[in-house]
Amino acid sequence: MGKIILKKVNKSFGATQVIPGIDLTIEDGEFVVFVGPSGCGKSTLLRLIAGLEDTSSGTIEIDGKDVTAAAPAKRGLAMVFQSYALYPHMSVRNNIAFPLKMAKVSPDVIEKKVTEAARVLNLTNYLERRPGQLSGGQRQRVAIGRAIVREPSAFLFDEPLSNLDAALRGTMRLEISELHQQLKTTMIYVTHDQVEAMTMADKIVVLNAGNIEQVGSPLDLYNKPDNLFVAGFIGSPRMNFVKGEAAGPWHAPTIGIRPEHIRLSKESGTWKGIVGVAEHLGSDTFLHVNVEGIGMLTVRAGGDFIVSHGDTVFLTPDDARIHRFDENGKAAR
Amino acid sequence: MARAVSTRHKVVATTAAWIVALIIFFPILYTIITSLKTEPEAIKGFNLIPSFTLESYVTVHTQRDYFKPFMNSVVISVGSTLLALLVAIPAAWSMAFSPTRRTKDILMWMLSTKMMPAVAVLVPIYLIFRDTGLLDTRFGLTIMLTLINLPIVVWMLYTYFREIPGEILEAARMDGAGLLQEIVHVLTPMAVPGIASTLLLNIILAWNESFWTIRLTTTNAAPLTAFIASFSSPQGLFWAKLSAASTLAIAPILIMGWFSQKQLVRGLTFGAVK
Repeated sequence: MGKIILKKVNKSFGATQVIPGIDLTIEDGEFVVFVGPSGCGKSTLLRLIAGLEDTSSGTIEIDGKDVTAAAPAKRGLAMVFQSYALYPHMSVRNNIAFPLKMAKVSPDVIEKKVTEAARVLNLTNYLERRPGQLSGGQRQRVAIGRAIVREPSAFLFDEPLSNLDAALRGTMRLEISELHQQLKTTMIYVTHDQVEAMTMADKIVVLNAGNIEQVGSPLDLYNKPDNLFVAGFIGSPRMNFVKGEAAGPWHAPTIGIRPEHIRLSKESGTWKGIVGVAEHLGSDTFLHVNVEGIGMLTVRAGGDFIVSHGDTVFLTPDDARIHRFDENGKAAR
Repeated sequence: MARAVSTRHKVVATTAAWIVALIIFFPILYTIITSLKTEPEAIKGFNLIPSFTLESYVTVHTQRDYFKPFMNSVVISVGSTLLALLVAIPAAWSMAFSPTRRTKDILMWMLSTKMMPAVAVLVPIYLIFRDTGLLDTRFGLTIMLTLINLPIVVWMLYTYFREIPGEILEAARMDGAGLLQEIVHVLTPMAVPGIASTLLLNIILAWNESFWTIRLTTTNAAPLTAFIASFSSPQGLFWAKLSAASTLAIAPILIMGWFSQKQLVRGLTFGAVK
């Protein structure tokens, strides 16, 4: 079990309010990702749930129990840190066993659980090594192992992959998702990388300046962003925004159109532009096109669409996929 | 080709290192050589081949008691180091783990006391020692050396403790460790190497301190530094005996330094090299 409910959770550091008051329900077994730019309060929110920071006001409930004032260890949660936070003087075995030793579990049970965790995480051959003798990915697995053995009601991940290289990040992303499938335990995952959020989450919580901008499934956020911030943050490359006169035909002060929802042609179209930079990725080509009266737009073309700097192209936005926003930046539906 | 250059480079670098090391070590080597000469040989002039006589050592040993100043040195240097650690560990700890806006200022202020020439406060300190009966006592000297080295001890420990990542302590807290378990299982094992090298370095500093030890003692509490100085006395300057006394005085610390060099180097380069 691991249902977590935040009610009006507020956090201030001195006079600075970091989290102005958040209400959020995380269902048991859900994989929830907190995503947002640096300094948006996502890590603070996670630390509040973990108990590593005290809430200034509001309550946190885990499985119906108010844990707002409970010590971190009493909340039944396990956390994986960005820096792995392994104990450098202990072997991998002792690192994984540490929370069990603290809970005074019998040595036989500890041995069994550590062996099992090591097997699941492919660490069996490294049990006697120190963290300093392991690679980044292995260290991260040890940190996850240390979290698994406690059988927590929820896992908290604080940007666990940001210290890894791109290839390893992809692999670990899969491993964590698989782990979630196996364990079916609630996971809260903090990241600033929207790709991680989109690929892993059941539910994404988009944060900005301590406020929740939108909560929803990855495709909900992609298809129906509530506001300009979410629209710009979710999706890669980011959504194009067109303002003023050019947005007039759609009866909105601002419209948004994703790079993949613009048709490209060399002959005719709604907007005419000059190709600036063309990024050829093989499968796709991203064109940065300078459109008269609008400015720079990013467009996704097929990998075989050959253009180069200075060529003239025509763009036609897909009417059905245009997002309209009012003066306050809210979605107008 | 690149390989040849790098080999030549290595040879040059190694030779240079040996020359520098020899220059630094030479005064100590020449002290040892001189201690193995006879008195006339010693005053005759520069000479690297002694007659290998132990005469000076015998004289030093029979004329003056070596054991007493040796014990004084041990008591004063170990005592002042332990006392300094007792004060500095909690101080450095609180500054490293719960720093305030003033922490940096306090650290700088502590260090600034080391920039003052000791002789500037010689008279007041001497008078305080005289009036409180601390002159020529082990206790007085221990207190003095504790205070002198305290800023360095606090600084060293502070740098060490700062290197312990806060996330590890948080991880321990998440793992269910109470304050005591956190200290025993996580903090202490991580802090011990730092404390050990601070301890070693401070013992060496205290052992070698000669300004205050010579000026605040006469006989009872005189450590080895004062023992050496006593050989340049009214009876004349005895180079060979002075060298023998110096060799005896530095021998223990040299041996200790040799065995703990790994710790010392780690301690001195901590924070600079990661």
